[in-house]
Amino acid sequence: MRDIATMKRYFTSAAAAGALIALAGPALAQEGPVDVPAHSVFVFNSVLFLMAGFLVMFMACGFAMLEAGLVRQKNVTMQLTKNMGLFSIAAIGYYAIGYNLMYPLGDWAIEGYFSALFPAVAVMEAVGVSADAADDISYATTASDYFFQLMFCAATASIVSGVLAERIKLWPFLVFTLILTAFIYPLQASWKWGGGFLDEMGFLDFAGSTVVHSVGGWAALAGALVLGARLGKYKDGRVNPMPGSNLPLATLGTFILWLGWFGFNGGSQLAMGSIGDVADVSRIFANTNAAAAGGALAALILTQVVYKKVDLTMVLNGALAGLVSITAEPLTPTLGVATLIGAVGGAIVVFTVPMLDKMKIDDVVGAIPVHLFAGIWGTIAVVFTNPDANIVTQIISIVIVGVFVFVVSYIVWMILKIAMGGIRVSEEDEINGLDTSELGMEAYPEFGKGSQI
Amino acid sequence: MKLVTAVIKPFKLEEVREALTSAGVQGLMVSEVKGYGRQSGHTEIYRGAEYVVNFVPKIKLEIAAPDGDVDKIVETIAAAARTGKIGDGKIFVSELLQALRVRTGEQGEEAL
Repeated sequence: MRDIATMKRYFTSAAAAGALIALAGPALAQEGPVDVPAHSVFVFNSVLFLMAGFLVMFMACGFAMLEAGLVRQKNVTMQLTKNMGLFSIAAIGYYAIGYNLMYPLGDWAIEGYFSALFPAVAVMEAVGVSADAADDISYATTASDYFFQLMFCAATASIVSGVLAERIKLWPFLVFTLILTAFIYPLQASWKWGGGFLDEMGFLDFAGSTVVHSVGGWAALAGALVLGARLGKYKDGRVNPMPGSNLPLATLGTFILWLGWFGFNGGSQLAMGSIGDVADVSRIFANTNAAAAGGALAALILTQVVYKKVDLTMVLNGALAGLVSITAEPLTPTLGVATLIGAVGGAIVVFTVPMLDKMKIDDVVGAIPVHLFAGIWGTIAVVFTNPDANIVTQIISIVIVGVFVFVVSYIVWMILKIAMGGIRVSEEDEINGLDTSELGMEAYPEFGKGSQI
Repeated sequence: MKLVTAVIKPFKLEEVREALTSAGVQGLMVSEVKGYGRQSGHTEIYRGAEYVVNFVPKIKLEIAAPDGDVDKIVETIAAAARTGKIGDGKIFVSELLQALRVRTGEQGEEAL
């Protein structure tokens, strides 16, 4: 360890620059991103997108495992089916119109609000493209950018499935997913990440506390209101807990999401072709981990203090809330501040999960506290460490995105309810479980049913 | 013949079984049951919502024995299962009308 530390000091000290040049040749003689060859920037940026992209892809697995663990045994197969379906549908929706709706590249039909490239499918660069023919030699390959951004779109859809679990029909859910991934998510994302009016206003959301997580949360909240609570969840003024079927799976899912988040936030640096950029990506990885730890610990301690027993499901939610909280600004905080930002996210979960129950909004996995409430907190928390952020701009942007996504989602859910003969399974099907009633397939056919008393 | 039915705390099962074996009891039936007596239920919390667990998990032992062995069996179970805290369980003794060993066809106390 000491040798590595010594080497780090050696290579970063100005006095050693001469020795370094002698070793490495004239290419490293000058410092700073401007002197990195364009090809290197292009290649390293693309590598970042690909690496971060498959990490974010694995978050789909995390969501699937988390949700499979937190639903009851009779709905596990359905929850896994929804997760496979939504991830695949996102790939279609984002390809068909989402990508070009989200990234107008300055070509607006309505300036700052609606892409002029709509409707058009995503197109990659040619096979074996040359430097001259690349879409943007100063940035990255188009396919790596598309791949990376698609995973964010799919993550947004993953948030919705957990909230509505155990009672929504498969097909209305999948139709909503298509509308969310092809239209709702890309349109509002164009306002910020596509260079639209929120970006012009100075709204800051590094990796998507608002653009991704709150959006998923708002869409899910609208769905939960249209759908109603699970049968027996709120009865005679009481909240009846419905414990999840498999906490090892839920914990595995949470750790997978934690891992995937390094790609989610780290890749959002959108560049790794210079010393400054790779240093920033590194800061982001470390801060992201710190925030998750802060969120988990806050929930661990608070559930012990408030309820006298630690609640693992809240600790899992706490870690995820910490991750969502740091997502709007994972670069500028110190490790300590990142931990605190995450810890506040964890505390938000502990206090808002029971609050939603009091309002009779049935969120099976806690995704509304984690993604919506912690997402709002994270977006506001940008102002504590980033001097370019403005609290008023942040709040206005949160409200604009929230109102747009909630209202449009609510309307879509209502239309689906009318057009598809209801979005909810029958009472009998719900009691029997969606696995047998909608799919005819159980997740654990050879396991006992456990205690029914 | 008598049937001794005992309902005890699950964690006491092994101690009770060892004590019964030492006392010469050669067979017993065990089942997992749930129920409540004076202990009633208790409350738990899941994701911030308190809920009542009405039925407490218990172990039910059943032992068929000749009349002369019953007192010893009851005392052995009571001694081994007792913690002194609420919820230790109960022991019931009832008349047993007939017993039959399936393999040999023996009946009555010979079948025990």
